[in-house]
Amino acid sequence: MVGRFGKFGGQYVPETIMNALIELEDEFYKAINDKDFIDEYKYYLREYSGRPTPLYFARNLTERLGGAKIYLKREDLNHTGAHKINNVLGQILLAKRMGKRKVIAETGAGQHGVATATGAAMFDMECEIFMGEEDIKRQSLNVFRMKLLGAKVTPVKTGTGTLKDAVNEAIRHWVTNIDDTFYVMGSVVGPHPYPIMVRDFQRVIGDETREQILSKEKRLPDYIVACVGGGSNSMGIFYPFINDSSVKLIGVEAAGLGIDTDKHAATMAKGSIGVLHGMMTYLLQDDEGQIMPVYSISAGLDYPGVGPEHAYLRDTGRAQYVYATDEEALSAFMDLSQIEGIIPALESAHAVAYAMKLAPSLRKDDVIVVNLSGRGDKDVNTVANVLEVEL
Amino acid sequence: MLSSVEVNNARENRIDKKFNELKKKGRKALIAFITAGDPDIDITINLVYKMVEGGADIIEIGIPYSDPLADGPIIQASSTRALKKGVKIDDIMNAVKMIRQNTDVPLVYLVYYNSIYKYGMEKFLKSAKDSGVDGLIIPDLPLEERKDMKELSEKHDIYLIPLVAPTSNDRIKKICENGKGFVYCVSTKGVTGVRNSIETDIEKYMDLVSKYTDLPKAIGFGISGPEMAKKFAPYCDGIIIGSAIVKMINDSRNNDEIFDNVANFISSVKEVI
Ligand SMILES: Cc1ncc(COP(=O)(O)O)c(C=O)c1O
Repeated sequence: MVGRFGKFGGQYVPETIMNALIELEDEFYKAINDKDFIDEYKYYLREYSGRPTPLYFARNLTERLGGAKIYLKREDLNHTGAHKINNVLGQILLAKRMGKRKVIAETGAGQHGVATATGAAMFDMECEIFMGEEDIKRQSLNVFRMKLLGAKVTPVKTGTGTLKDAVNEAIRHWVTNIDDTFYVMGSVVGPHPYPIMVRDFQRVIGDETREQILSKEKRLPDYIVACVGGGSNSMGIFYPFINDSSVKLIGVEAAGLGIDTDKHAATMAKGSIGVLHGMMTYLLQDDEGQIMPVYSISAGLDYPGVGPEHAYLRDTGRAQYVYATDEEALSAFMDLSQIEGIIPALESAHAVAYAMKLAPSLRKDDVIVVNLSGRGDKDVNTVANVLEVEL
Repeated sequence: MLSSVEVNNARENRIDKKFNELKKKGRKALIAFITAGDPDIDITINLVYKMVEGGADIIEIGIPYSDPLADGPIIQASSTRALKKGVKIDDIMNAVKMIRQNTDVPLVYLVYYNSIYKYGMEKFLKSAKDSGVDGLIIPDLPLEERKDMKELSEKHDIYLIPLVAPTSNDRIKKICENGKGFVYCVSTKGVTGVRNSIETDIEKYMDLVSKYTDLPKAIGFGISGPEMAKKFAPYCDGIIIGSAIVKMINDSRNNDEIFDNVANFISSVKEVI
């Protein structure tokens, strides 16, 4: 079936947007098979976002842990500070190609909102970002950045006031403004074709990693570790390695205060199959299918679902999904800052935390690549709060 | 071959029967929506009776859901209130069963797909049928995803009401193919709510729907009251009103006021269609 990964994915959306999704799918495939489009996309990745990003050998961290070699894929060095821009440049160029002058997006941590506002500013498009009220509070720096870039930030008060509700509201806005508005989805979630499209615009992370590790180590890595909110940075780095069975793919979800509390976002560990935001996937929901409130210290992982292709990779056993708590992520955040001089995003710190657990158990010639999906500037307020430091 | 009249009489769906009756009288159906459990399930039950007394022809019962994508703020808030009260699907099934003992009004559920999926599709349909439900409206189950649901609902003899939108164009044909009950014609690009006006060229839109199907057509989303209902009635076979009723329930100060306000509103709309 189209738009399915096994049983996962699909298009569970109101009829009003079906024709728009069909058109989007059509235009997307035309675009990625058009050399001019791809050239333009690559041009902006290179000249505007600063790609390729380095694959940095974290020597200090590796030595400190005394196990496998740890490489960091430096998505934090992208323009705007996270991997989100890769996808945004692709979708904004597609919006331009389709003649759309208005773009909307949801955002959790604000990184996707900032990236979308950035793309919209460059291509002179009107931009509205939907963001949960709670997230607005904890990512105030990014809210201000979006405004500086000329975007309208619309607070979402419904539900839990986080990413899930921002997606609902963005979809509702899209249904209402379907003729002239392009929805720039921020992760490998939502109805088909978004999970495929976002993956294809993020796979540049994995394509580069492959080339870089082959040149540095003359072989493929043993492990690739990435954090999973909706799953775009992880899918981007996993995808080009899917057929290399020697490469273990590990997604790290947010365990918040612990997966046996009611304050976590570990969808794979605790979820069950259902339908949300137009896709069939694993969800944190109760027996009646009501979506449960989720929690993580990092706004970007605070999501009760996961991309449908991840659900498929999990069920087929191709990828493994683990989790890290707030505490572990914070500790990795501090460690990476102090040992390597790199302040990671709290989201990415979850991946670092798991890699730090894994590395000592491996041989010295094993290789782990950690996707450092973003930088931590946006999180300094949150961390200062936890440390009870006044800024 | 059995005479089709006999078969139809034996188990004519209440929805078909209602539209046939109304057609003979030259009247249009008033389809009234309320959220189950807002403000509580007993009031929901009594509201159904009051609405029927007031002239409602078909009752649409919303099963509250945490993430109602197709709904605007009024029904979202109503769902949230009902969920806070702790209303469960089985409570709603029981309420419907009770209602069914007292009235023959056609009853349809407005239910998001995840509620059915998680409850168990087969179990849901069986329970709905046993309770006396005649049809289902699933706003997030488009043509592409409805195959299993369509087969199962036919097996359990419950109508899966097809939905079309002003953006559907040539999809309308396929959507309405083998359709049952009526076609839910979404009036406008957008979510449910109470609107002052609707931009869609309703006449043209309904002409297009009629080109593809002989099913009765009901218009819903955004209809605020008698004035708008009267305006649209000539182009369709039914008018669906939800948010306006839900808002009225929430704005009322006590139960008596809820019943009076809603019953009066319903008759004021019914009078003009
Ligand atoms: C830096 C960073 N990493 C990861 C994520 C999680 O998203 P995804 O799982 O789609 O990569 C976010 C989302 O906001 C983010 O900002």
